[in-house]
Amino acid sequence: MKVAVLKGGRSLERGVSLRSGARVEDALKRLGHEPLPIDAGGDLVKRLLAERPDVAFVAMHGPGGEDGTAQELLEILGVPFTGPGVAACARCMDKVLAKHELREAGVPTPDWFAFNETAFRELGAGDALGDLEERLGFPLVVKPSRGGSALGVKFAASSPEVPEALVSAFSYDDRVLLERFVEGRELAVSVLGSEPLPVVEAIPTGGDRYDFEARYEIGRTEFVCPAELGEAEAAAVTAAALAAYEALGCAGFSRVDLILAADGPQVLEVNAIPGLTDTSLLPQAAEAAGMSFEELVERILDLALDEPMPAHLGVLSRGSRSRT
Amino acid sequence: MPETPHRRRAHIRTRDLERYAGLFAERTGVMRSSAMRDLMAITARPEVISLAGGLPDTSTFPAGTFAAQMTRIAQESTAEALQYGPTEGFAETVDCILEVMGAEGMLPDPDDVIVTTGGQQAIDLICKTLVDPGDVVVCEAPTYPGAVPVFCSYQADVVQIECDDDGMRIEDLEGVLERLDGEDRRPKFVYSVPTFQNPAGVTLSLERRQRLVELARQRELLVVEDNPYGLLRFAGEPLPPLYQLDGGDFVIYVGTLSKILSPGIRLGWAVAPPPIMEKIVLGKQAADLCTSTLTQHFVREYFAEGRWREYVDSLVEIYRRRRDTMVESLREHFPAQASWTEPQGGLFIWATLPDYIDTGDLLAKALREDVAFVPGQAAYVDESRGRSSMRLNFSGVGEEEIREGVRRIGKAVAEQVDLYNTLTGEHQVPAPRAQGEGTERADVLPFRRSGEGSA
Repeated sequence: MKVAVLKGGRSLERGVSLRSGARVEDALKRLGHEPLPIDAGGDLVKRLLAERPDVAFVAMHGPGGEDGTAQELLEILGVPFTGPGVAACARCMDKVLAKHELREAGVPTPDWFAFNETAFRELGAGDALGDLEERLGFPLVVKPSRGGSALGVKFAASSPEVPEALVSAFSYDDRVLLERFVEGRELAVSVLGSEPLPVVEAIPTGGDRYDFEARYEIGRTEFVCPAELGEAEAAAVTAAALAAYEALGCAGFSRVDLILAADGPQVLEVNAIPGLTDTSLLPQAAEAAGMSFEELVERILDLALDEPMPAHLGVLSRGSRSRT
Repeated sequence: MPETPHRRRAHIRTRDLERYAGLFAERTGVMRSSAMRDLMAITARPEVISLAGGLPDTSTFPAGTFAAQMTRIAQESTAEALQYGPTEGFAETVDCILEVMGAEGMLPDPDDVIVTTGGQQAIDLICKTLVDPGDVVVCEAPTYPGAVPVFCSYQADVVQIECDDDGMRIEDLEGVLERLDGEDRRPKFVYSVPTFQNPAGVTLSLERRQRLVELARQRELLVVEDNPYGLLRFAGEPLPPLYQLDGGDFVIYVGTLSKILSPGIRLGWAVAPPPIMEKIVLGKQAADLCTSTLTQHFVREYFAEGRWREYVDSLVEIYRRRRDTMVESLREHFPAQASWTEPQGGLFIWATLPDYIDTGDLLAKALREDVAFVPGQAAYVDESRGRSSMRLNFSGVGEEEIREGVRRIGKAVAEQVDLYNTLTGEHQVPAPRAQGEGTERADVLPFRRSGEGSA
């Protein structure tokens, strides 16, 4: 089967995406498929039209690849693709939107307030900050709404630190959220199809938080999979993760990040297209479930091909598609 | 169909990673991060104006000269140019090095010179020779970003000394040395880029040079002088290198052809007293046996032509204009709260923004506008420092791009300043600080030169 591997692109997570993509390509070769690596750029559509792949493996992270943009193109071209669809990607990428959906579906997520830059610049939202800080308490977390890998995420320990954290977060997106800091264990549940994989716990070895660097450097974070959880705890965490996955309309695979607080799990975010690098959590979870990286890739492809394409879409003829 | 070999990477699994992680040497734990590397990968996109690199302009090197010399080497020295060479380097290469050092008034003994694979290897070999885990290494704050991973990989305990417009504050250095005396510790060496420093662009004053050399003699303290840019002076009078002032007893010298000929040829050198040189040679032998013989042949041919100074002069002219352009653009586009150095030579300007701006985050914003710089934290071992500063390179891109690049960064900065002021209700713009005013730290690097005069 000819599999286009979409990777790279222009997001800040380009480097991570290139590593995810390269690893997927290797696995595809081992599986006997024909990988077609595409560094997503101006010639993406032209290449897809010329090469007519049977399926696209989307290994892009961050805005542009994980937010539904690439998926929209693939739908229009009628190329089946891995991972969640357009709407789910858009919801997951936008943390504010995702949190609204989660709350509506009754999935626990830490309290938050969201602002866009205009609210501060033109509508005097700054005047409401004191009140919000009081309601969320300190420390609080300031995050760009769209962004991945903890880029631009700052912790403010007190009121004077908030403006600085906002300036940082607004460097990544024009919408940010202030979120209640929830103390607890950092867990991730990857979902494959509709099956939850074993829970992974991330324990940073240096520093105090699971930041961008710890995420991609071998030896910087200790991962425990399956996480050491009591039966009831594991069930609650898995249930919250599945509920989040469904609430956001994910399909194929995704990864749900949670904090296990004293009073139960809280969902922080759902990564529509989680990393597939050597140090990423989804491959670790799959392995703990007895699934090799190749088996994981094959399963993700199967799920993509099982997904019906919207009938009104599809520029490319789909008749030529064959399974090898 | 014959089976094509698979790259090994596909075999790596989590449990393998854990096994490898258990095997990693302790020093890898302090090797530095990939976050910056990832951001820097984006700066390589063709549409990005990169003020981030440390690249000299190689586009004006005469192609005809290059072709003729390489052809001559290929035809006349085939066997030798393709063979291993001596670990110390060819005597002819050392002659070229002596010529370059002579141009700055230095006259080392040729036996004290080793040819290395770039100045970077010289720094590495010096650390390999001198630094045990936990040993103190003193350097400038900010320091050459490329030296930081070297010091870290040898597990040095790095102490950084503040700089001002006259380079490293030697009185601070004395204070640190006294404090270390009290702890019964002695730095293995003081690392300095005294002339047109990377990243700050500042130059150690003559008085401080003399004092540093004096301190080195009194305390039998080694100083590593890294001097890649000394010949790239656009303004002011040349100052004697530390090596010249000291005579080579306590100063180990690191040189390179990267900035005056080509970084691609990877040719640098170290000059050290014989007992240290002996160990450096052993270290070099273990590291890579010898520096590229092909490169050394090229250097020999190039210097034989006798026009290397002309080429350096042409570079100086180009860089002077680019520096002027960058300084003008900074004045036009950076907000009043920003300050920057105005170097008399070299490749870099160091700019500092208000404390509340994190230049790592600013880089993300700047990349959305297709422009890049090096966030200041790269120049500190303690990554919480330098977070509001940035290094700007003016040698690697043309004047038009410098103007546009600085304009885009300035716009991003102005937006952050506005937002912060809106959030905090501070709308007054503080007057730019004059030299020597304010608190003890106020005149620590960087600050704007008083009177805004060009350097």
